[in-house]
Amino acid sequence: MTDTATQPSPSDEHPVPAEEHAHPSEWRYIQIAIALAIVTAAEVTVYYLSLAKLAMVVILLVMAVVKFSLVAAFFMHLRFDSRLFRRVFITGIALAITVYTIVLLSFGVFLTNRHVTPHVNVPSPTASQ
Amino acid sequence: MSALATSAATTRTHEATPHATSTGLSNVKLAVWAFLASECLLFGALISTYLLYRGRSIVGPYPHQIYDIPYTSVSSFVLLMSSLTMVLALAAVQRGDTRRMRVWLLATALLGMTFVGGQAYEFTSFVRQGLTLHTNLFGSSFFVLTGFHGAHVTIGIVMLLSLFGLSLRGKLGPENAETVELIGLYWHFVDVVWIVIFTVVYLIPS
Amino acid sequence: MAIVEREPIAEATLVETAAPSAAALRRPHATTGAWSWFTTIDHKKIGILYGATAFVFFIVGGIEALLIRLQLARPNGHVLSAEAYNQIFTMHGLTMIFLVVMPLSNGFANYIVPLQIGARDVAFPRLNAFGYWVFVIGGLFLYSSFLLGGAPNGGWFNYAPLSAHQFAPGHNIDFYVLGIQILGIASLTSAVNLIVTIINMRAPGMSFMRMPVFTWMTLVVNFLLLFAMPVIAVALVLLTFDRLFGTNFFNVSAGGDPLLWQHLFWLFGHPEVYILILPAMGVVSEVLPVFSRKPLFGYPFVVFSGIAIGFMGWGVWAHHMFAAGLGPVATSGFAISTMLIAVPTGVKIFNWLATIAGGSVRAKTPFLMAVGFVTMFVIGGLSGVTHSIVPADTQQTDTYYIVAHFHYVLFGGSMFGLFAGFYYWWPKVFGYSLNDRIGKVQFWLMLIGFNATFGPMHILGLQGMPRRIYRYAPGMGWSTWNFIETIGAFIIAFSVFLFIVNVWRSKRAQVAAGDDPWDARTLEWATSSPPPPYNFAEIPVVHSRDDLWRRKYVEDEDGKVMPVPPVASTEEDQEAGEVHVHMPSPSYFPLVAALGLPIIGYGLIYHLIWVDVIGLLVLLTGVYAWALEPPTEPEVEIEAHGEPDRPDGDGEPEPVPALTAGGTEGGSE
Repeated sequence: MTDTATQPSPSDEHPVPAEEHAHPSEWRYIQIAIALAIVTAAEVTVYYLSLAKLAMVVILLVMAVVKFSLVAAFFMHLRFDSRLFRRVFITGIALAITVYTIVLLSFGVFLTNRHVTPHVNVPSPTASQ
Repeated sequence: MSALATSAATTRTHEATPHATSTGLSNVKLAVWAFLASECLLFGALISTYLLYRGRSIVGPYPHQIYDIPYTSVSSFVLLMSSLTMVLALAAVQRGDTRRMRVWLLATALLGMTFVGGQAYEFTSFVRQGLTLHTNLFGSSFFVLTGFHGAHVTIGIVMLLSLFGLSLRGKLGPENAETVELIGLYWHFVDVVWIVIFTVVYLIPS
Repeated sequence: MAIVEREPIAEATLVETAAPSAAALRRPHATTGAWSWFTTIDHKKIGILYGATAFVFFIVGGIEALLIRLQLARPNGHVLSAEAYNQIFTMHGLTMIFLVVMPLSNGFANYIVPLQIGARDVAFPRLNAFGYWVFVIGGLFLYSSFLLGGAPNGGWFNYAPLSAHQFAPGHNIDFYVLGIQILGIASLTSAVNLIVTIINMRAPGMSFMRMPVFTWMTLVVNFLLLFAMPVIAVALVLLTFDRLFGTNFFNVSAGGDPLLWQHLFWLFGHPEVYILILPAMGVVSEVLPVFSRKPLFGYPFVVFSGIAIGFMGWGVWAHHMFAAGLGPVATSGFAISTMLIAVPTGVKIFNWLATIAGGSVRAKTPFLMAVGFVTMFVIGGLSGVTHSIVPADTQQTDTYYIVAHFHYVLFGGSMFGLFAGFYYWWPKVFGYSLNDRIGKVQFWLMLIGFNATFGPMHILGLQGMPRRIYRYAPGMGWSTWNFIETIGAFIIAFSVFLFIVNVWRSKRAQVAAGDDPWDARTLEWATSSPPPPYNFAEIPVVHSRDDLWRRKYVEDEDGKVMPVPPVASTEEDQEAGEVHVHMPSPSYFPLVAALGLPIIGYGLIYHLIWVDVIGLLVLLTGVYAWALEPPTEPEVEIEAHGEPDRPDGDGEPEPVPALTAGGTEGGSE
């Protein structure tokens, strides 16, 4: 919110965003998509491994963050655009994570086992009953 | 001194001259990012509600009995690929290739419809297995969260098809690249929310 | 009114829109006349609409307050039944918050901010109009509940599961969940609009640290709105789904947790109270310097305190839940954060006091109202800090002590601040000033009535009188104070009546105010009163904070303030004044789109899918038509006098002295 704008903007020509000098090529986009597919496959694989719960959570969250970042940085062009967009978006994300984590913590989520539901940890390949 | 008239007009379809802004950035683009930031709070609340109520349903069905991870993975993959086609549509229109843009826009819409169709099928199969909005906490929080996401995807599809229609009528050219870009931002955001939902709701064990 | 040149606006060319375009629905093009108010997208007209509509709701909310006070004037009152009382106090709160203070603040922001930053309008004029229509229609939708089975009756905070269908059958709460949802849409669209406007449409040279404080506070408030509205939207969705579609979010027998509602509501609700107070703080930060003839003391501190309040406001919400059983860790954490947030507020208070001290004070009505704000808000803030002490709050909560606190900050604070805004900016908006003598009488009566009404509530609260009760027994020791409070409420009512009288009489007297009746400091006073449709013939180039003051005055060697001598205009200046201004065109579609929302609302409440479908179609039609019409219709240039619509129409604005060659103070940041 403290970005300064002290110069008068160009009056007549189309405002050229100074940030767009590096523009991903189509091939780069495809590479990102392949990376996303690979990470997704990895996520699903991890799901079926019998790891300790904390390890699972951390690995899966990291993977989600990686995918999120790839889409935001490249497909949404944040990496190449003005910092202002990044800041606005990250403010929303950071605020959401912070306040909702506090709320969930106050309910004891992540901290205690408040489960009422009968606990069966084995994931089934299909959901057919 | 010439008048630096900062009019309120935005760089939209019929604007002859785009107007200068204090940051040099487009008004509409800034608005879209502000809106997407606010949507983080919206989906955050819905996801948190799901997380709060996870494991607290008193009666079943329960997630581990119902989720079909391979199926949902395919669905997620479809949505991810739609982000690719979306950005390819943007690249096309920025190069002036409106034909290619149309192809990719349609592809994105079709992939989106596949995703929504997949969701619909998933929902009906859950319902058939006894999970509805009012069965338990799981049903309520799951359907409202994914339903809201699905509604967002649907709105995105409608916008994409509208763009496709405009393009067929010759009203979407390189000078309108920004419109495609902005709808793309919305679309990618909806994809990104699904990345979070897929991980947090389906994959992370409770 | 051009500020760079000497000549009046007369040279500007207002480019009017052409006759109807080829669109299926003819684009309106009139910018004057009664019908134009429905299609306007001019931020100034929209600002007036917000202000007038909010004032009407203020009267309605005030009547609700008087009914409450009549009921409570004596023990075992018979004025209202319990059910009626619940509806009246709920609607009083909802009205004052969502239909009065928020739209009044938004009205001022709409009118004043573009002028203060040297812009011609907001970033998205049609979105602006849409926000207004959604507000009016949402308010009417909410109030229609009185005729359709009863108004919301669960308090403005509407706790679940009491508000769930099982305990609140009937449609009262349905109007709450859908009405507030609709109003939330208005706030969210306004937020996006004002954020983009302030960030992106400032005049050349207007860096962030040169912006007026009112504009700064508006920016902070709209970021708060941007992030807080989605939270209550979700809370309302969850409750709506419980009530209409049988979900279990607040169904305790299915494992639902009432605290979920409370967290989500107060996550919104606490930033909301800063949304309610910061605009008034912005007004006060404008008024005090002007009427003390001194710059605002510690401008950076005031600005950064406002930003700090915006951030910290997100960390205190559970202080509304100290009695909800959160446990000692959460409770202590929030107690500390609540104490800390008093600090930036205190910083502002001291800066305001330092602004007045040593100034050459003109105690006109805006000044009095602003001082009223500062004093009453301090009292409210002090009682607020006492709530942060958790054991004390355990006694105070749900008593009249809390009612006292929030009325001191919301009425003593926000409303006094907004009345300062009325008196200060009235001449700019309407071209004539409000009568200052009546204003002063109004101020004193309002101050006395206000304190008589809410002061004793501190005592009553500590003596144990609970909130939200429709009657109390005799012999509790509460009767005398309650009676006095009712008298106080009627004194307030009379003072508001005086305001209306003032408006009526001043309008009839029409004493032309001129561009800058208060000898003020910020750019809105550099153009005519009222401003022309395009605000400034030539967008000003800003060289400092309080740029208008710098253009008017320099300090000589002894530090004395001297007016800048006028410079004779030249032929060149006159030619430079020729400017062609393209303004966006009016539109029906914001109104059309807005109308779709309550239709959907009614369809949901009465489970009529076809009504929902119609509402959705209306909404989509409005939105599509709006998206496909250009912001500005193809134009025909018309040589026109750029005179504003003035009642006396003499068309002779005063010449403004040109920029001096010197003037170095206040230029750099």
